[in-house]
Amino acid sequence: MKICCLVKEVPDAAVQKRLDPGTKRLDRGGERNLNPFDTHGIEAAMQIREGGEVEVTEIVAVTMGPETAARALHKAVALGADRSVHLTDDALAGSDVCATGYALAKVLESESPDLVLLGQQSDDGECYVVGAVVADHLKMPSLTQVIQMDVSDGKLRCERQAEYGYDTVEIALPAVISVGDAINEPRYPSLKAIMGAKKKPLDTKSTGDVGIEADRVGADGSQTQVLGINPPPEKQAGEVIEDEDTNETVEKIVAWLDERKLLA
Amino acid sequence: MAAIAPEQFPPPFDPDDYIGPPTDAEDERLEVGVAIVGGGPAGLACANRLMQLLEDEPELTEKLGEVPVAVIEKGKACGAHLLSGANMVPSAMRELFPEMEPSQWPIYQEVTDDAVYLMTKKRALPLVPMPPNFKNHGNYTISVAKLGRFLAERAEEAGAYILTETTADKLLVEERIVRGVRSGDKGRDREGKELGNFEPGSDLMAKATVLCEGTLGHLSYAALEYYDIAGQDPQRWELGVKEVWEVPEPLTKVIHTMGWPMRKGARHNEFGGSFIYPMGESKLCLGMVIGLDYTDATVSCHDMLQEFKTHPFIRQLLEGGKRVGWGAKTIPSGGYWAMPSKLTVPGMMICGDAAGMVNIPTLKGIHYAMHAGIYAAEAIVESLKRDPDSVDFSAYERRVRGSLIEKDLYQSRNMRQPFEKGFFVGGAIASAMTISRGAFPGGHWDQEPDADHEMSIGKAADGYPKPDGKLTFDKLGSVFLSGNATRDDAPNHVKIQRHVPREIAQTWVSMCPAAVYEIPEAQLGNGATTVDVNVVASNCVQCGAITAKGGRLTMPEGGDGPLYQEV
Amino acid sequence: MSDILVYALHNDEGEFNKNSLGAISEAARLASGTGGKASVVVVGEVADDAAAGLGKYGAAKVYRCKAAPEGLAQPIVDVMAKVITDNGIGYALFGGGLLGFEIGAGLTARLNAGVTMEVTAVRVDGGKLIAERPVLQDSAIVDVGYVSEPGIIIGRLNAFDIEESGSGDAEVEDVEVELSEWSTKATMVTRGEARGEDINIEDAEILVGGGRGLGEKDNFSLAEDLAKSLGGAVAATRAVVDAGWYPYSTQIGQTGKTVAPKLYLAVGVSGAIQHKVGMQSSENILAINKDQNAPIFEFCDLGVVGDLHKIMPKLTEAINAKKGS
Repeated sequence: MKICCLVKEVPDAAVQKRLDPGTKRLDRGGERNLNPFDTHGIEAAMQIREGGEVEVTEIVAVTMGPETAARALHKAVALGADRSVHLTDDALAGSDVCATGYALAKVLESESPDLVLLGQQSDDGECYVVGAVVADHLKMPSLTQVIQMDVSDGKLRCERQAEYGYDTVEIALPAVISVGDAINEPRYPSLKAIMGAKKKPLDTKSTGDVGIEADRVGADGSQTQVLGINPPPEKQAGEVIEDEDTNETVEKIVAWLDERKLLA
Repeated sequence: MAAIAPEQFPPPFDPDDYIGPPTDAEDERLEVGVAIVGGGPAGLACANRLMQLLEDEPELTEKLGEVPVAVIEKGKACGAHLLSGANMVPSAMRELFPEMEPSQWPIYQEVTDDAVYLMTKKRALPLVPMPPNFKNHGNYTISVAKLGRFLAERAEEAGAYILTETTADKLLVEERIVRGVRSGDKGRDREGKELGNFEPGSDLMAKATVLCEGTLGHLSYAALEYYDIAGQDPQRWELGVKEVWEVPEPLTKVIHTMGWPMRKGARHNEFGGSFIYPMGESKLCLGMVIGLDYTDATVSCHDMLQEFKTHPFIRQLLEGGKRVGWGAKTIPSGGYWAMPSKLTVPGMMICGDAAGMVNIPTLKGIHYAMHAGIYAAEAIVESLKRDPDSVDFSAYERRVRGSLIEKDLYQSRNMRQPFEKGFFVGGAIASAMTISRGAFPGGHWDQEPDADHEMSIGKAADGYPKPDGKLTFDKLGSVFLSGNATRDDAPNHVKIQRHVPREIAQTWVSMCPAAVYEIPEAQLGNGATTVDVNVVASNCVQCGAITAKGGRLTMPEGGDGPLYQEV
Repeated sequence: MSDILVYALHNDEGEFNKNSLGAISEAARLASGTGGKASVVVVGEVADDAAAGLGKYGAAKVYRCKAAPEGLAQPIVDVMAKVITDNGIGYALFGGGLLGFEIGAGLTARLNAGVTMEVTAVRVDGGKLIAERPVLQDSAIVDVGYVSEPGIIIGRLNAFDIEESGSGDAEVEDVEVELSEWSTKATMVTRGEARGEDINIEDAEILVGGGRGLGEKDNFSLAEDLAKSLGGAVAATRAVVDAGWYPYSTQIGQTGKTVAPKLYLAVGVSGAIQHKVGMQSSENILAINKDQNAPIFEFCDLGVVGDLHKIMPKLTEAINAKKGS
């Protein structure tokens, strides 16, 4: 089984995030790090390999991003991936979810994986759906928010929490699975693995290498446009009352709740 | 009220636990050429200089193996744990990167205008003429957190391995020769138990080990004891708490202040002051620095800075602004007499703040650290060229002792001490020292460890303002702004006695800028003379103050702690 | 002139999910601005009157594909893609929830469409829809427009209110759709299994958050009683989880979960920023704390300075009484 782990480089969670008022895009300055949600995907791949149920021939980390995204790949390799693929091209800058999903699908196509794993969301885009977009392009079945996954020959048995409770779903491979946080506890890379990461093969690809049509990616190829950024509606510091007569206070609270239809 | 000193309650800490032989099987040990502990100015200057020299030494480079130079840094990035003023003397940058112009350094501006004020509760009196030790013309205002990132990038481009999120927990010594360091474990819980994803550290063997650990000096201080090479005086520290503000009106000069809110009386022993530096057109930084030998258990440097901001002069500088950064860190203040008696032992060298190479009166240490790192690199190459198995790096010691580091620190060797006589007498003596370039009063003015000073519950906190969330802030909000998002069950790396007299507990509670220490609510008002101390280790920003005041900061899990961007 | 298509999720008993009903209501509201109509897609065995009854929420038409299985996204992508393409529909709108995300995403790929998720509000501008979504942990709101049709809007949980604005039944049309090969590769084994232990506070509409002000572990029963009366769940701050008063799975904040319920009732919570970032997007924040200087009073909608030990039991009683009546 060949597993591709999609990873993304995102601003570190501790960096105060901001939108650039000029470009209206995420200010991707400051410290960058491997998207913590993706570490669960890599861990899931490693557990499949170590579990011994199926033979995992290769775990490949794949990312789309600017030059610096290679760091995320080094980290992924330090966590256990055998090699990595870096799709990078100026033409991809400013791609929205639709364009990104398409581009990632094209680079994954060139790898022909049996299983694609990724984290449930990215720290910066907060989009949650890239996996499902990629899956449709690849014509593979897909599930997101998977928190339990058992692999057997040619198929997966997955659990996730959906609208009405926990669903158990069987999926035939090849498939695209986004894993939820609760699925596993990612390992720490060993110092040996960190030091050896840069020596593992890293293939850099451009849009032309994987057959991406330029007019379907980048800011110009995107189907959504950011029209404006605003601070959220000012949360007015509301009313503050002092409890003198508790019965009265409680009456006021109940009336307040009722007004807002919170006592339905 | 009884007066009690923290040193009477030593922490459960044994430096010998952090020195020993490698424990991994031989084929499991990792090998590097040179192991540099600490990705700060000293360590990164050393790494950069090594890579520069190795470019012309292909034979030696080969002998150093697959990883000729490795920098071990406990923060998430080099710079994540760096904090300083700072007005950097340019000499070391010039030496390290002769082909670069200052405009290519990560600087804000060259210092052209500076001033010193004596603060009272309501006034700011300019001191004219300015005390000479504060003159910064020709220096460059920088953020050391940014400098760290800059130097790390250069080092990595040149081929050094920068291993972030990694601590050096133990010094590997065999037959009294330093052979490398052991990295810290990951994946333990608060009590130290192994979690599901536990990953043990590794023995990292090196031909040369350079300790550039900064003010915390974890391995350095353990080594000073083991090799019996501590300085004549014990090391002392000052705690600095700093904020970065976005402001509409740029600040045009470098400012230092003395006086308020420090109290002048000798019994308070409050030595320190503030700094306010411009950071380009749109930001400025301000910090409060206090010697940790104060005696009032309720002194809180964090809250003194908040109080300071309410002064009309300071308020006006911050008008219309917004706080965008915060951090805290100690600085070694023992000076010349507290430097180790030897800076090198077989296999190892100590550079920078870890060796106390800080000139407190002029507030300089960054360029000394970098120069020391450069000397270490040169000594290593010189020695290993002659004999690749040599462990003799005494050339490093000779370089430092014959350099400006030794000279400058010697000149100001007694300048901190007079202030135990109070502000005015101290100030007068210190001025005399500066003018006479250290000749008067001469000799060696003894120093005591900070923890030896007796603490009592006083009135320092009376002046601290209630945080308003706009100009003044509370500790938890500050910790948040430092970028600290350490997991709640991170191992407790703070070693203190947990049941101590109220005065000691209060000292720690007030001192810590990150609200790590708590006295249980039930015990706060009940009049007991001895109380428990809770430790919220995940708040810790690793400033190091606890080590000065009766406890000991050991290494946290690699990657934990603040993520300073621009302090 | 753009029609808006909504997917309505239902459980095995045929009851429609309220986020879906909210989405239909929203689509109906918006359709008047885009000059089109709101229609709905349902799959599986949906009774005629149930489908037609969606007209109550403003749906003009319901497309029903009985053969497509309910509960998994990809077959529904096939159905909606066909309906959108056959009828030239301009927008697809989803209420919050897992399936909405997955179907919306599939349509994005299938129809090469723009998609916005976690949408908290939608407005009409010149006959076109603009979606508003918060970003960067709710510290900014971004307005997103669509370059071409169709545009896909995936709402945040509870973002769209249910409005019974419709008059009369919706027209029900059965459609036949050939499912894609990969849509048949996932099969539901068990659907909607309830698992008691793990209360997922992230989905709760009402949360009572307990902090150190509760005083001791046993006092969490006050929070539990209040939560029960409101039909909500109990959450906790880092400080009390640290002290072992309540489980980590209920911790809200920087190192815990992030929630945005309709009501967050903070009791004995100081409101330190480490906690605030985990609940600041709650629609309504009510705080009870005896310290008038507690930071929480700066960002709550209703603050009560008082003794929670006195207030909470009476409040619980009053709410139970009101609901009982």
